[in-house]
Amino acid sequence: MKGHYDELRDDSAKVRAHYEALVADLKKRDAAGVKRLSDTARRLLAERGVSFNVYNAKGGMDTPWMMDPVPFVISAKEWEGIEKALIQRATLLNAVLVDSYGPQQLIKRGDLPAALVLAQPAYLRPCHGIPVPGEKPLQVYGADIARSPDGQWWVIADRTQIPTGAGYALENRLITSRLLPEVFRDARVRRLAGFFRQMQQSLAALAPRRVEEPRVVLLTPGPYNETYFEQAYLARYLGYTLVEGEDLTVRDDRVYLKTLSGLEPVDVILRRVDDDFCDPLELRNDSMLGVPGLVRAVRAGNVALANALGSGLAEAPAMMAFLPGLCRKLLNEDLLMPSVATWWCGQETPMREVEQRISSLVFKSAFRVRGREVHFGGNLSATEHAALLERMRFAPHRWAAQEKITFSTAPTWEDGKLVHKPVSVRVYLVATPDGYMVMPGALTRVASSLDSPLVSMQKGGSSKDTWVLSDGPVENVTLLSATRTPVELRRVGHNLGSRVANHLFWLGRYAERAESTARLLRSTLLRCSPESGMSETPLLLPLLEALRSLGIIEQVPSATLLAAQQEQIEARLLQAIFDADHPSSIRSNVAHIQRIGVLLRDRISVDTWRVISQLSDALDAADNSASVTPMSDALNVLTRIILELASFHGLAKENMTRAQGWMFLDMGHRIERTVYISELLLAGLRSADAENPSLLEAILEVGDSTITYRNRYSLLPQLAAVYDLLMLDELNPRGLRFQFQRIEGHFRHLPREQNSALLTPAMRVLIENSTRLQLCDPTELARVEPGQWSASQVAKLLQQLIDAMPALSDAMSAGYFAHSTISSSGDVAPADPAPPR
Amino acid sequence: MNYRITHRTKYVYSEPVAVSHHAARLRPRDTDTQRCTEFGLSFDPEPDLTTEHTDSFGNQVSCFSIQKLHARFEVVSRSSVSLSSVLQPDPAQTPAWEDVAALFRDPVAVDLLDPCQFVFRSPLLVHEMPQREFALPSFKKGRPVLAAVADLSRRIHREFVFDPRATTISTPLSEVLANKRGVCQDFAHLAIASLRAMGLPARYVSGYLRTRPPPGKARLVGVDASHAWVSCFVPGFGWVDFDPTNDCFTSLDHITVALGRDFSDVSPVRGIITGGGKHSVIVGVDVEPVE
Repeated sequence: MKGHYDELRDDSAKVRAHYEALVADLKKRDAAGVKRLSDTARRLLAERGVSFNVYNAKGGMDTPWMMDPVPFVISAKEWEGIEKALIQRATLLNAVLVDSYGPQQLIKRGDLPAALVLAQPAYLRPCHGIPVPGEKPLQVYGADIARSPDGQWWVIADRTQIPTGAGYALENRLITSRLLPEVFRDARVRRLAGFFRQMQQSLAALAPRRVEEPRVVLLTPGPYNETYFEQAYLARYLGYTLVEGEDLTVRDDRVYLKTLSGLEPVDVILRRVDDDFCDPLELRNDSMLGVPGLVRAVRAGNVALANALGSGLAEAPAMMAFLPGLCRKLLNEDLLMPSVATWWCGQETPMREVEQRISSLVFKSAFRVRGREVHFGGNLSATEHAALLERMRFAPHRWAAQEKITFSTAPTWEDGKLVHKPVSVRVYLVATPDGYMVMPGALTRVASSLDSPLVSMQKGGSSKDTWVLSDGPVENVTLLSATRTPVELRRVGHNLGSRVANHLFWLGRYAERAESTARLLRSTLLRCSPESGMSETPLLLPLLEALRSLGIIEQVPSATLLAAQQEQIEARLLQAIFDADHPSSIRSNVAHIQRIGVLLRDRISVDTWRVISQLSDALDAADNSASVTPMSDALNVLTRIILELASFHGLAKENMTRAQGWMFLDMGHRIERTVYISELLLAGLRSADAENPSLLEAILEVGDSTITYRNRYSLLPQLAAVYDLLMLDELNPRGLRFQFQRIEGHFRHLPREQNSALLTPAMRVLIENSTRLQLCDPTELARVEPGQWSASQVAKLLQQLIDAMPALSDAMSAGYFAHSTISSSGDVAPADPAPPR
Repeated sequence: MNYRITHRTKYVYSEPVAVSHHAARLRPRDTDTQRCTEFGLSFDPEPDLTTEHTDSFGNQVSCFSIQKLHARFEVVSRSSVSLSSVLQPDPAQTPAWEDVAALFRDPVAVDLLDPCQFVFRSPLLVHEMPQREFALPSFKKGRPVLAAVADLSRRIHREFVFDPRATTISTPLSEVLANKRGVCQDFAHLAIASLRAMGLPARYVSGYLRTRPPPGKARLVGVDASHAWVSCFVPGFGWVDFDPTNDCFTSLDHITVALGRDFSDVSPVRGIITGGGKHSVIVGVDVEPVE
């Protein structure tokens, strides 16, 4: 590719040595084989739910993460140079931060223009003078580098505040190592785990408390953030609790995590919230993402942040213009890797220079600001050119100009063939006691087209795994054996955050709601299929009544109109499955499951996530097939949903330890099932046909208890036996008694129930209703005077159980989920009485 | 001139608050012409934790947290301040405004780094070209800087209407400029943004103003309020305070509490609460001259 450095081939068109193994491996595959790689990569990413900007306003997963299956390869020798240069740069930027938040010698001596500290929005005055542990405000650093046509590497951007993307690099690695296992092994690709292990150690060492296992949390701005997936992924990989601002509270100048059993101290915060948003009390007070009082806790030395508050100062584009001089001043060395040529317009000479050559430069804010604008001088019309100059002359110090770099190209798979695409590479570093350590790998980003001036994931770019080759054998590190001292065995993980408990509880509820609804709809659909010709009217009506009382369909026609309204009924049943605007439809429930799944990203396994995606796939697949037999399609969808939810419950049961998290999931599940069975019996058995064995068969089928019944009684179903099985039998996992026993069992393990001398309100509700059930006699229950259903013992009992569930749910919310949001109590504007005029 | 000042801030919440954190800048500063001889804070309920620190502008900050349920909170500051006359430079003798602005273009002399930080944008004041347009008529070529400032103050006073209902704490300057209405905070912000748009440093001053009862009437207790004005920099002399709301240079009637780039740096009491539902704030200030 003319004008670009070709990463793959040298000037004589020979494949560069470090690419040989990969090229040989790819050559072994035909075009279809490479396409398969690409498809597999896409499928794996989708299954693992890897996404960027996970959640959009419409409530869907918006942008899947794009990864090209052909990795970017860097030779050992080349990497050595990059490594050395970036360690130097991290050291330098750290020193600039330490000075700027301390003695400010650089601006006093004129080594750095005053504006580069004092005018920066990233310079957080409340943080000036706060000592930083080990004088390392820059714990994690990211550098974007790219190669110009002459083969030279340049730094095109520094990330000193929140270097995002290391988690994506890890995810890319997981996938390519699976796609290309042989060449990955044979080519001696360096592993990433050692870097993350160092990161764990470095962050743990920041803890102000001298404790064996300091508590590190990852502070996220929440699921709406574009890299939320990565944050949740990293939190899980590193073993950190993922928290939002409202999960934390400051008491006595210390930071605590709100958990089910009270407040637990937090030692270190790995921060993904922008620093000015971190404390509404002392920083930007229009943000409620942060933790009020956090700056005080930092000032008191009771918590450490990575990176330190205010560290965004060093990533200003204008800073690049001064790094060569600063490097000589501070480190007594020459800067090893140049930054892209940068002019800061706040000085007269550079300003005059850029005015002369405006069309060859890129203009941007001198400081890193939100919603930054970039102007390509060459693309400007004469009017735009003049307008830009006027704005620059008004406040020249706010502008920087940079040269454009023609990025090198790397082989990339696109539309069935290998093409050359411009790439830039983000490299990550972490502070260690002896300087910085570089991640031997990187996130390579691919521009969407050759003339695209920007490499951006938001603008349709893709990414690549980055293989750094080793000269020697590759070290194998796993993250779990991080300490040499044997771990202290424990049976319970860290205490569950109350927000997470709330999400798990609702996940359980929605999953059960979706499953119950699917079962009931399936049994109903089966009984109004064309071949039955509505002949089973007496059976259909009770089921429709149950659907109505559960709020799944709106109205039920009278028995005489049933046959005539078959089409309308079918339409309503289909709506109850597919209609996104119907609040109780299966689709709405699935949407809730997905929404909560996103919020619990760090808590649920990849397999569980896969099941959750399958749920909506099942619904979407039916949408897309314009079938002539919608009813049979619907039945298939329902069966698929029921199976997926069975695996969801199965996975939860098998893979979650019986700790608090699982208890809340299961309680949600049980509460919902209680409502559902009660409503089913209440609506289904009020009919005059209640003794009809076919109706009882249908009820048993919906209640998933047919097999159990047949095992016990080799007779046609009888009412008393059905009541016994679905209500009183403590061994039937679909029966009411069983649900109560389970909820009660969970409750006895909850911290506040254990500490309380009296019965808590929730426990009172549970015991009361469980006892009612226990005291029932099934034959008594089955004795209902004709026309007296509502007054019967069974109807009253079922109604009591239904009414008890919201009370139970409310009691749980008050006891465990209560966490109020913060708000500003307001600044008071100075407002004098009107002065005499 | 001596004053006894009481500044009462009371929060009432519709639902109990679990935790509240406050930061207050209420202690009058010591300056060349002002001494704070006594200062004390009292609270109800008593906070669980109070700390003091000095912010990067030299203001005394008191932080206090209440960590038990409370439905209201009151903080009262009482201070005694003694003022001496301010020596005002003769505006005509001050350097031309262009020469002052030139001092703050890079490279800036080390002894000007302090005023230099007040020449840039600040959180609430993104001084842009409309403010420059507004300022320009006052900054005629070669005009002495303080004469230009006096003219700017006069124009704000003449062209703008004092109207407490016109703006809130978050009204942007562009709106104030368009509607020509506001309160002392808006006028101070407008003056600061105008000066900065001309390349000149300007500080926001929060404080109190002595109010004089109409002739023959007794002074009413507790009807005063906090006030805001502007400080501009005159090389060779230092900071000179002027009050665009009342179109005057400050004198024995203005008591300085805190300094910053704009209101967000010096908010007298700022609070963040957890819970609390709706809340209301009642502020009462009393500035009592004492012999």
